[in-house]
Amino acid sequence: MTTISLRIEFGGGLELLFSNEKRHTLTLPSIVSSDNNSKTSADALSGVNTKPADVEYLVFYLRDHLLQERPELFMEGKTVRPGILVLINDTDWELEGEGEYVLQNNDEIVFISTLHGG
Amino acid sequence: MPPKTCALCENAKAILKRPKTGQQICKDCFFYVFETEVHNTITQANLFARGDRVAIGASGGKDSTVLAYVLKTLNERYHYGLHLFLLSIDEGITGYRDDSLETVKRNQQQYDMPLKILSYDELYGWTMDRIVSQIGKKNNCTFCGVFRRQALDRGAAVLNVDHIVTGHNADDIAETVLMNIMRGDIARLGRCTSIVTQGEDTIKRSKPFKYAYEKEIVMYAYFKKLDYFSTECIYSPDAYRGHARTFLKDLEAARPSAIIDIIHSGEAFEIREEIKATQKIQQTCKRCGYMSSNDLCKACTLLEGLERGMASSGITDRARKKLDAEGPLPENLRTIPFYQPPSGNPNPTITIES
Repeated sequence: MTTISLRIEFGGGLELLFSNEKRHTLTLPSIVSSDNNSKTSADALSGVNTKPADVEYLVFYLRDHLLQERPELFMEGKTVRPGILVLINDTDWELEGEGEYVLQNNDEIVFISTLHGG
Repeated sequence: MPPKTCALCENAKAILKRPKTGQQICKDCFFYVFETEVHNTITQANLFARGDRVAIGASGGKDSTVLAYVLKTLNERYHYGLHLFLLSIDEGITGYRDDSLETVKRNQQQYDMPLKILSYDELYGWTMDRIVSQIGKKNNCTFCGVFRRQALDRGAAVLNVDHIVTGHNADDIAETVLMNIMRGDIARLGRCTSIVTQGEDTIKRSKPFKYAYEKEIVMYAYFKKLDYFSTECIYSPDAYRGHARTFLKDLEAARPSAIIDIIHSGEAFEIREEIKATQKIQQTCKRCGYMSSNDLCKACTLLEGLERGMASSGITDRARKKLDAEGPLPENLRTIPFYQPPSGNPNPTITIES
């Protein structure tokens, strides 16, 4: 099974939810369960619908494995909470297909919260 | 999705989709349109005159940091001829304000502007920490906002500036319009979309970012690698504005132009004549001389409540009646010093943070 290495960065105060660490590196499998369940083992994948790992999956993964507290401040429904900007390789995720963008090896994903005083 | 080319220069790769226009543009074009739109806002509203002394309300947060950077850039690019200052208010919130003030001090170095810091403690004798310990976590934003507004004017008077600018952005103003509708606050609704506010005895105050989307301010700061402080005020989670903000964010997700459209609706509101007649006329506070809708300005009212141990008398009518029933103001109670609007003296003696 191939894996993808990713660099994740949090800004705008979001890092506080992730052990106060702005930068993280992760390794994800390249094929994942379509229901975004990151706990499905590699063997069990053959029995379920799968998809290539995309940003939607990444958000679920971050919530389930890296988030320390207050998931409602990061996610709403199947995506990030409104007010959180996402950049994929320094590009607005709206130009890359948002949650449907398929992750590539060595991608950098940045999550910035805008929800604080100015 | 294949990489797209910038819709403006048709040369570089597009990195951002502007919520305001839906255009897909590259980094340099983004910097240019963002800065130019602020410049247009400034010139169309005739905000500044050559030689103006302008204080930027600086909190160390994203809006005020980007504002300081952009104003400095535009001042140089278009030769506005302004003298720019940073003015910061220390409300005395441990863990929030003291950290963000460090950011402002760095901004002072980075942008090479004089800095003045004024604290609630020196002005009112009360820090926000102390106020919240007395009144709890409801209505504290009322105290903070009222005190800060006066503090900015007083700081500006000390600096002898002609004009205060704040980093309020399009999202903030749209939220305010929604809040005032939800609360039935007609007086504020009529005023809150003005880009410039000026009273007889108060310093001109404006919001150059009135039409700038918060998302774009954050993107600008990110791509320019500007240094700013980003944490939610520890006392704000229960603030009423939070409801308006959540609602607005959902509206924006469905239709990005909603923010500008709400501001446009707010600007277009006209108050009916018979309602206008019931609105209070502006006067000056009998105790401190600041502008007021009543005999006592809100800040003096709130401070009296705090000093006499009945803090909610500034907030609810019932508490106010109870306070009045206790008798007149005791002789030795702390009050706010009398307010002197700027004298127009071009060479004041002021303490600048170095």
